[in-house]
Amino acid sequence: MQPESRGLEVAVLVSVGRHPVTGRARRADQDARGLELALSLAAFRPDSRVRLLHAGQRDDDNETALRGYLGMARGVGTGLERLTLLEQPEGADVVPALAERLAATPPQLVVTGARAEQGEGSGLLPYVLAERLGWPLVNGLVEVESIEDDRMTLLQALPRGQRRRIQVRLPAVVTVDGAAAPARQSAFGPARRGSIKVEAALAVPDEAFAGWTLSPARKRPRRLKIVKSASARDRFKAAAGKAQGGGGQLLTDVTPEQAAEAILRLLEEEGVMR
Amino acid sequence: MPETLLPILIFSALALAVIGAWRRIRLWRQGRPAEVDLLQGLAAMPRRYLVDLHHVVARDRAMSHTHVATAGGFVAAAVLMILVHGLGWTNPLLGGGLLVASATMFVGSLFVAKRRCDPPARLSRGPWMRLPKSLMAFSGGVFLITLSTLGLLPVEAGHWLAALVLAGLVTWGLGELFLGMTWGGPMKHAFAGALHLAFHRRPERFSAKGGGTGRSTGLKALDLDDTAVPLGVETPGDFTWNQLLGFDACVQCGRCEVACPAFAAGQPLNPKKLIQDMVVGMAGGSDANYAGSAYPSPGLGGKPVGEHSLERYGSPHGPIVAREGTALVDAGTLWSCTTCRACVEECPMMIEHVDAIVDMRRFLTLERGNTPGKGAEVLDNLIATDNPGGFDPGSRLHWAADLDLPLMADVQQAEVLLWLGDGAFDMRNQRTLRALVKILRAAGVDFAVLGTEERDSGDVARRLGDEATFQSLARRNIATLSKYRFQRIVTCDPHSFHVLGNEYGDFYPQGRDGRYDVAHHSTFISELHEGGRLTFRPWKGGSVTYHDPCYLGRYNGEYEAPRKVLAALGIQVAEMARSGFRSRCCGGGGGAPITDIPGKQRIPDMRMNDVKETGAELVAVGCPQCTAMLEGVVDAGAEVRDIAELVAEALVEHSTTQGTVRASRPATEEAIP
Repeated sequence: MQPESRGLEVAVLVSVGRHPVTGRARRADQDARGLELALSLAAFRPDSRVRLLHAGQRDDDNETALRGYLGMARGVGTGLERLTLLEQPEGADVVPALAERLAATPPQLVVTGARAEQGEGSGLLPYVLAERLGWPLVNGLVEVESIEDDRMTLLQALPRGQRRRIQVRLPAVVTVDGAAAPARQSAFGPARRGSIKVEAALAVPDEAFAGWTLSPARKRPRRLKIVKSASARDRFKAAAGKAQGGGGQLLTDVTPEQAAEAILRLLEEEGVMR
Repeated sequence: MPETLLPILIFSALALAVIGAWRRIRLWRQGRPAEVDLLQGLAAMPRRYLVDLHHVVARDRAMSHTHVATAGGFVAAAVLMILVHGLGWTNPLLGGGLLVASATMFVGSLFVAKRRCDPPARLSRGPWMRLPKSLMAFSGGVFLITLSTLGLLPVEAGHWLAALVLAGLVTWGLGELFLGMTWGGPMKHAFAGALHLAFHRRPERFSAKGGGTGRSTGLKALDLDDTAVPLGVETPGDFTWNQLLGFDACVQCGRCEVACPAFAAGQPLNPKKLIQDMVVGMAGGSDANYAGSAYPSPGLGGKPVGEHSLERYGSPHGPIVAREGTALVDAGTLWSCTTCRACVEECPMMIEHVDAIVDMRRFLTLERGNTPGKGAEVLDNLIATDNPGGFDPGSRLHWAADLDLPLMADVQQAEVLLWLGDGAFDMRNQRTLRALVKILRAAGVDFAVLGTEERDSGDVARRLGDEATFQSLARRNIATLSKYRFQRIVTCDPHSFHVLGNEYGDFYPQGRDGRYDVAHHSTFISELHEGGRLTFRPWKGGSVTYHDPCYLGRYNGEYEAPRKVLAALGIQVAEMARSGFRSRCCGGGGGAPITDIPGKQRIPDMRMNDVKETGAELVAVGCPQCTAMLEGVVDAGAEVRDIAELVAEALVEHSTTQGTVRASRPATEEAIP
């Protein structure tokens, strides 16, 4: 066997989602898409194994939701028979627990959704995690095109249906977004049979979060885009076409310092930083 | 010579038949255990055969008489032959009886042969084509030999050549009729059929002397607590043994094929072929010997229309539906079924096709997570929002914002609980619901609704094979219902009616017994009218036909009430050729619109053609699914109206009853929000 055909070790970080209409616990949409993507890697490396990892509390609602991921198993041997739950008290910061766990038994790839459907949901977890692990991060993943040795060719989603091809060296952290392939149906049988292995883990209280006050989100006002043109073609272009970045500048082949300066300057101009 | 040869022939045929029976029984016993009262079943068998089975067979008079003559003659001839020729009791009385029996059988087999001259497409050919000849060989041979044994033939006729020919005929007949019965052949239906009637998985569907309902249409519950029970049927061996026995009883008469709406629409389902495939799976082998109509292939998957599908192989413990590629049956075959029960209603052998199909669907959904089309989305919605459309459960009563409906949570008890069903989210059905509320108010009925406490009844989840979601919905609905006091449930959705009335019984908590008294709105309106609580203006519209919803008619036997209501409105119903228990499905049941298996044409289009044939300008319906399906037909000649809408329009309001203040508002005024 050639070395490339060795299976890939993939860890999928899954969270407990929240249904947008009823608020019931469910498998989170993006995480489920992430798992779908991880399962699709078997097409490149047939022996790939998927590890499911969740850091959070353990209760009945969460368990039902997490079993939704186990229900995506088709046949045995994909590693989907078990989900590892790193038990965390309420209000804990899950990053240290996940980072410790992933560093102890490093997979080649960590897949996760872009942001959680409940709780803080800041979307920062993959970034913080990648920083701690010292691995590269690719966000907005749509598809894995190929895997050679330790390099993966990926398609990244950009706004308005555009795609960017990216190569990344493994190990890496990737996040998928809503443009990735939808998750397969979760079946009752495998979900019921799968086991949830509860493990004690590092519990670090999230002190910053504890100091916050939470209130229900309000709908943000949206700036209406006024299309002045009367022709249907222009209106279509405005609706479907590429965003026309009027101002701004494209910097290529600059040093990180120059790039950072440019960004800082822009932020100051826009009044984001003072 | 016949005196020595015949007993040998008869008893060796009997011995071989017993061995064959033993082998056949072993095939059936590959199935899972089932609770059957064997002795009681055997005792009930003659009545089930003579009354219930013949009730179905007799729908085809000619065939019924043919079968009585042939089968009755055969049973009598076989018994008498064993006595006369096997044991040598050449008593003229027995011999005379044998002559009469074999002659009757011979006449019957002439009619069988006549039908086989130019057989309709629904009949299987192959070995079935030789059956009339075998029947004639047996009956003719036995008749002539008996004549000679009784000395009624001139002695010279006992010539060795004639004797040899006769012996040959009888051997052929014995081979087909005795051996074929248990070793597999057309006559297998007699042996398997008799035992199938005795050990039927729905003993309650047969009539009883003391009067039974004779109807059993609710699906059997799957025990989800027992992890040893497989979730649905993956291999033929996952059926219960009496289901396998039932498949083996099929006579391939093709009545199911004629009745099946999916088959007629060119979707890849033929109930007869499906049952034969199950037999192939049970016995192992291929379907190469099947000589009936194939599954229609819609021509979309690369296969030309009408071409016989590729040879399929099955084994008792091999998968029925392949995860990838092909196995015995394609998933599309199972998902084409609308669960309309037309096949079950027509089957003279009382085979339960729908049960088998749902059993196999359960496996595909619960184990494989492979519900096609929008199935997965609908099931996810049912889990997350308790309705298939994914609507906010809190908006269930929005259509009635101005009606001020009494809520059960407020009144705690009412005479009638009005079950809205998921039609409450559908703008078309909201018109029906508003009409129904107007009628109830006009009649001064004390009713209340559950409002946002109501959930989907679980019908769609169950037909899509998601027993887990169904049971969860059922248990929660039962818990809600048990909080309140009411005398009966009235609904305008026959699917809810069926599920609440016939399928919730298995899920009542311990100690609570009995069923809800559920009534379809047509039944309830008919009672209100008979009770003099409703008065109607005479009908002024054009001609009207009525479409029987499957879940009201075949599932619950309510054919009369809707017609009574229409008659009370002064409408003379121009019946369609297929109405009553033979009504053709609208295509909306069993999750078929959700799985959406392609075919040559659409089932509702065919149904609207049936309507067109009557020349009716309006088709009255009693089911939100039927309304949606039939109204979705493009360029239909007839208008589709629910019975409730027709009644509400014709109402003459009394000024004496309480509800009139509210009810005097026209119901159609604010139908469109």
